[in-house]
Amino acid sequence: MSNTPLQASEPQTSAPEAPSVAGVLTDAAKDAVSKVQEYAYLSYHSVANLFTRPRYGQDTLQQMDDIGVGSLPIVLLSGFFIGAVMVLQTGSQFQRFGQVSLTGDIVSLALVRELGPSITGLLVAGRCSSGIASELGSMLVTEQVDAMRAMGTDPSRKLVSPRVLATLIVLPLLTTISVFIGLLGGMVASVFSLRLSATTFWQRAIAILQFSDLMQGFSKSLVFAFILSTVGCYQGLKVRGGTQGVGRATTQAVVVSSVLIIITDTFLTRLALYLADKL
Amino acid sequence: MGASSSLHPAAPGSSSEAAIDFSDVWIGFDEGPILRGLTFSVLTRETLILLGETGTGKTLTLKIAAGLLCPERGTVRAMGQNITGKPERELLQFRREVGFVFQEGALFDSLTVGENVGYRLEVDGASEDEIRPRVEEVLRFVELEHTIDQLPSELSGGMRRRVSIARALITRPPIVLYDSPTAGLDPITSQTIITLILRLRDVYGVTALLATHRLQDGFALANFRFDSQTKTVQRLAGGESASAVTRFLVLRDGRIYFEGSPAEMLASKDPYLQRFLI
Repeated sequence: MSNTPLQASEPQTSAPEAPSVAGVLTDAAKDAVSKVQEYAYLSYHSVANLFTRPRYGQDTLQQMDDIGVGSLPIVLLSGFFIGAVMVLQTGSQFQRFGQVSLTGDIVSLALVRELGPSITGLLVAGRCSSGIASELGSMLVTEQVDAMRAMGTDPSRKLVSPRVLATLIVLPLLTTISVFIGLLGGMVASVFSLRLSATTFWQRAIAILQFSDLMQGFSKSLVFAFILSTVGCYQGLKVRGGTQGVGRATTQAVVVSSVLIIITDTFLTRLALYLADKL
Repeated sequence: MGASSSLHPAAPGSSSEAAIDFSDVWIGFDEGPILRGLTFSVLTRETLILLGETGTGKTLTLKIAAGLLCPERGTVRAMGQNITGKPERELLQFRREVGFVFQEGALFDSLTVGENVGYRLEVDGASEDEIRPRVEEVLRFVELEHTIDQLPSELSGGMRRRVSIARALITRPPIVLYDSPTAGLDPITSQTIITLILRLRDVYGVTALLATHRLQDGFALANFRFDSQTKTVQRLAGGESASAVTRFLVLRDGRIYFEGSPAEMLASKDPYLQRFLI
């Protein structure tokens, strides 16, 4: 027998104190700050890992296939009809002033600057941010993430960075495709609905675009890619409470990334317009 | 079983050097402290059975020993180095020297058995020609060579545990941590798992820290040995000692309640310990 006591000390019990309002608010604020800090830490490492070894190229390619190729059907379908509905809505207004030819201009600007990046970002967030959160969350609750760490692999390097890099590469490509298909949808709608010639539509749609417009759309899609991938990874790796927690994280990933995309879009638009004026 | 002699370089024997050393280790979560000042050592080539009810901190103890969790207070030394508070980058290197068998196996469900077992080697950049023979060798050791191309979901619970043991062995670690390796398994499958642990201990001299709530697992390790000549498990005769020492450490309310040999455990009249013996 060891010299350790056989009798465990009785647990000290005391009546729990009722939490004060200030205490609850302080705890909530601390919790929020802690989550922001954890998210910032994960986001920083997801990028920093890309510049040091080991890198997981095969995982990145696999994620590009899953996120990029997998999202293509919904991006194509929604892009086409968004372009078409834009033409129908704006065209009917322009008809009142006899300026139907301006339809190509407005649809092109709206798609390249705004609707292309944001709609594609929201669609991919709905499909992939949730997918990332549920996949990583399931791995966490079944101890696969711990097993990975136990075998000497850094999960942020193996699981997070490839997903972030893959999304950063494929979302601008998906956005470009979405914009092109949107213009195609707009052209079809303008030909059949407004009796505008396809050549006029395309000529005006291309002529109105400036380099700053393209850069605005491109930079937005990069930022949205970063948001949806890091939010998905963060929610997945913070799962608590088994399968129920995985479900919660999946929902949270879509909600948080979608809201962040919309909010960030406002500030990016303001910044882009400011820079376009200055440069 | 057809284990290759190259599976592990260590030879059986005894040593007074501590492979794992806990000193006043505390850890807790929102609900309060779980481990309260845990102090114990696992000597090299020793098997320490960590016994306790569910929720007493057995898994936490193993995860701290592997550097997966950092204690709030106290120090943990493993293989001569202080792993408390080490940066994750250094811990990743340290963990390559420690095998960890998770309670439910924790196999990567999207990878085949062969890919799971060879994962560490693949991450280290080993070629397919190097990985395949090693994977086959450890899968042969756990008698699951035929499952190399199957997915974990196609295996039974016991087979998944054996694959998990094979995965932990691929880098020939001198220390293996077992988290309830027989929990939820039928007696025959449990016996297969215990036989594997005996083989690792008696043939390859692996130091083991085994968490369980089943006392019979501990006594099986204490009272039996694996004979590498006949490749069978044999009961130790009276007076015969095993090639490695087996000790018990009972946790209760996050503290060490009992620490001693199987004989001392059996002889104890303590009502709480008696409940394990029934």
